[in-house]
Amino acid sequence: MSMASNAERSEALEWFDIAGVDDIIPGTGAPARLGDKQIAVFRDKTNIYAIDNLDPFSDANVLSRGLLADMKGRICVASPVYKQHFCLKTGECLEDATVNVRAYPVTLRDERILVGIAE
Amino acid sequence: MSKQRLLVIGNGMVGQRFLEELVAKTQAYDITVIGEEIRPAYDRVQLSAWFSGTTVEELTLCDENFFHDNGITFLTGTKAVSINRTAKIVKTDTGMELCYDTLVLATGSYPFVPPIPGNDKAHCHVYRTIEDLEAIQASASSSQSGVVVGGGLLGLEAAKALKDSGLVTHVVEFAPQLMAVQLDDIGGALLREKIEALDVRVHTGKATQNIGTGTTARYRLNFEEGDLETDMIVFSAGIRPRDELARSSGLSIGERGGVIIDDHCKTSDDSIYAIGEVALWQGKIYGLVAPGYEMARNLASTLTDEAKTFSGADMSTKLKLLGVEVGSIGDAHARSEGSRICSISDASRGVYKKLVISNDGKKLLGAVLVGDTGDYDSLLQYSLNDIDLPEEPISLISPQSGDKPVLGVDALPATAQICSCNNVSKGDICASIAAGCTTMGAIKTETRASSTCGGCTTLVKQVLDAELKSQGIEVNNDICEHFSYTRQGLYHLVRMHGIRSFEELLERFGSGNGCEICKPAVGSILASCWNDFILDPKHVGLQDTNDNFLANLQKDGSYSVVPRIPGGEIGPEMLAVLADVAIKYDLYTKITGGQRIDLFGARVDQLPAIWKDLTDAGFESGHAYGKSLRTVKSCVGSSWCRFGVQDSVSMAIYVEKRYRGLRSPHKIKMAVSGCTRECAEAQSKDVGVIATEKGWNLYVCGNGGMRPRHAELFASDLDDETLIKYIDRILMFYVRTADRLQRTSVWRDNMEGGLEYLQDVVINDSLGIGEELETEMQGIIDTYECEWKRTINDPAALKRFEPFLNDDTPDGDIVYVRERGQKRPARAEEKQQLKVKEIA
Repeated sequence: MSMASNAERSEALEWFDIAGVDDIIPGTGAPARLGDKQIAVFRDKTNIYAIDNLDPFSDANVLSRGLLADMKGRICVASPVYKQHFCLKTGECLEDATVNVRAYPVTLRDERILVGIAE
Repeated sequence: MSKQRLLVIGNGMVGQRFLEELVAKTQAYDITVIGEEIRPAYDRVQLSAWFSGTTVEELTLCDENFFHDNGITFLTGTKAVSINRTAKIVKTDTGMELCYDTLVLATGSYPFVPPIPGNDKAHCHVYRTIEDLEAIQASASSSQSGVVVGGGLLGLEAAKALKDSGLVTHVVEFAPQLMAVQLDDIGGALLREKIEALDVRVHTGKATQNIGTGTTARYRLNFEEGDLETDMIVFSAGIRPRDELARSSGLSIGERGGVIIDDHCKTSDDSIYAIGEVALWQGKIYGLVAPGYEMARNLASTLTDEAKTFSGADMSTKLKLLGVEVGSIGDAHARSEGSRICSISDASRGVYKKLVISNDGKKLLGAVLVGDTGDYDSLLQYSLNDIDLPEEPISLISPQSGDKPVLGVDALPATAQICSCNNVSKGDICASIAAGCTTMGAIKTETRASSTCGGCTTLVKQVLDAELKSQGIEVNNDICEHFSYTRQGLYHLVRMHGIRSFEELLERFGSGNGCEICKPAVGSILASCWNDFILDPKHVGLQDTNDNFLANLQKDGSYSVVPRIPGGEIGPEMLAVLADVAIKYDLYTKITGGQRIDLFGARVDQLPAIWKDLTDAGFESGHAYGKSLRTVKSCVGSSWCRFGVQDSVSMAIYVEKRYRGLRSPHKIKMAVSGCTRECAEAQSKDVGVIATEKGWNLYVCGNGGMRPRHAELFASDLDDETLIKYIDRILMFYVRTADRLQRTSVWRDNMEGGLEYLQDVVINDSLGIGEELETEMQGIIDTYECEWKRTINDPAALKRFEPFLNDDTPDGDIVYVRERGQKRPARAEEKQQLKVKEIA
């Protein structure tokens, strides 16, 4: 399994051990805590991704429960509430470019998922 | 200037159509309508449907507000008795005097009763008005047998009415064959054979001399040779124009009756017009509704100064008589000079088709079709539009040989008439498409095409598809970018190839990685076919949010829980369990529309514990989260109710338990009512069952919600076993053929051939798949298991309900306030206030 590419660019990242890779069923997502934030961690056939869990449209912590969708080659999650798509690599909302969520860098070490945030 | 006064005498189908056409064009007239009948215009073409349950309201052609909304004065139950043409005043039998500037006669016709001694006996009727039908029904209730005098189109309709009333039915025709106007002798003979096979006895070449008293039945018809006994008689021996008013006021009348009109529907008086069956144009009375509509349209144009003229109308017809398909086009009797005939007759299939071709072999002049009218639409286009025939015209009617020339809609000129009922041309349809109508519904509303008999629906759809294609708008029914198949196509692939997972289907028949459209659709198809546990690791990523956690997601990210309460029957102990669970987990409770109890405000991590308590007490998943059977509503039925005739609760519980867990294209709702009072509102459900004295009436494809639709009567007086068999087949056929997220009502509306087709598939097993459908359903029933029971015993499945991957404390952002003693999600501003308080 390779490291996910990510939009987040930062010199110094602090990495947090979130879970084992096998804690997430391929093709699904799961919620996790990252400091005082909630993130949604997804696993597809080859990669792990992490974005905010808070859905900006419904203001509920639900994005981890959305369906993974291949939108013309872009890997996205469809919000379970009002169905907007968010790009898992950038956090961009496909339907409304003014509303984005944050995407986080992810790396794997010894089959553990590490999510980074800027220090 | 005051408005012109327009007086219309008669409010039948043509009179009504004229009003609609006129008010759509202009408000320049002050309109008064006199109708002899007590009700506004209704659909006489569909009269026989009244005997099989269609109500007068359903037959009525205009809604009750039509006259009021358009400022029309409508006098029902009023008969015009004289016209003073000099003073321009019409007198009525109620003593009124109505002035007019322009007068329209739409008095229609009356049924011709042959002058046979005894034709005025109490149980002799005619067949034209609702009152006639009521009288026929009253007679039928005290009769064993009935005779229809007249073997034409209307006579056979009347015969259907008698047969539907349960009588031994005879048709007596003076001519040597049935439907002598539309069919040739061979066609007539085949029609007779088919009708006799339906147990309607046909007597042709019989002239009734008199009607006397019978010995074994009420009356006896005496012929020149022989006789026939019957309890009642319906005369349907043609129509005569109701021209007595015109006659007495001195208007020009044809030798054999009918008010003479010119190409503008004008009579011999410049201020008086006539339309419909009372009008005589070039020596012809048109006894069909379409030509009448054409006159109505032309007169409306004339009165708004548009230069349109009536130039005759096509008399071609396609219809089903007593279930037998019959079609007649143009010169059916090959009377045109030099015309040639080619025909096929297949006794084994009971099909006869004849083409009448011009002498040079190039044009189609007429046709007769009996037993199979599948070729009617394209033949009619050849005939109406003078399209050159293929080299071997017989190939147009030969049985499916595979190389049958297809008359593409592209070949039709813009002037080609597509909808004959409403005279809509291909050009009209193309114009409406260009103006933005890109669905069948929009075209129907805009142009009226296919809104009357519906016979041209397929053709209109073809024009739409071809036109969209030529405009570069692709008609794409693919489910999404990952599969170039419809849902129906995917279903067949899964079944045929025994595919058990989304990955396998994607690999073999799709591309990309799938999306939130195809994943749940395939998840549902896999469940419909194999009924695997939907939270199995290989399926869990396919399930829509609600299926994913076996509960209904609410706006704040919490879930609601609906345990199954079959038939809405629940004892106090079980109610107490629900109360205990609701109190224990502080859940908001509400009674649903489907006789169940919804428990709101459960966090995802609470769901397993809640369901542990519920399943321990004996509750099962209610599948409120799934595209599957929701609930079977019932009334209390014969066990308590004074009026109930069957045990609707037991039936509802049986049905709900049988189909629980069936995954389908969309949700399915059902209901069972214990008597005709219909307290369970079964006629608004996908499947509705209503008890009768003899068994159950089955209604299908109803809907409440956004687009309400009454369910239609599918079959009557079924025993338990047949009822279940039909429901099995209907549901499985729906699962097989519907589109994704298509409710049964829309499925039915889009089904070519409509309800009759569905009945054919299910009742007559016309596709030979009846047993297959039942076996597939039995497979689902045999493998049912409660998804929640399975889940709480499956540690791997339960892991997904944990609050976080890395923390066991629940989501603190879900906040509630209390209202009327129960909790509800805090609104944004309330959340803010609560946070401020917390910090303080």
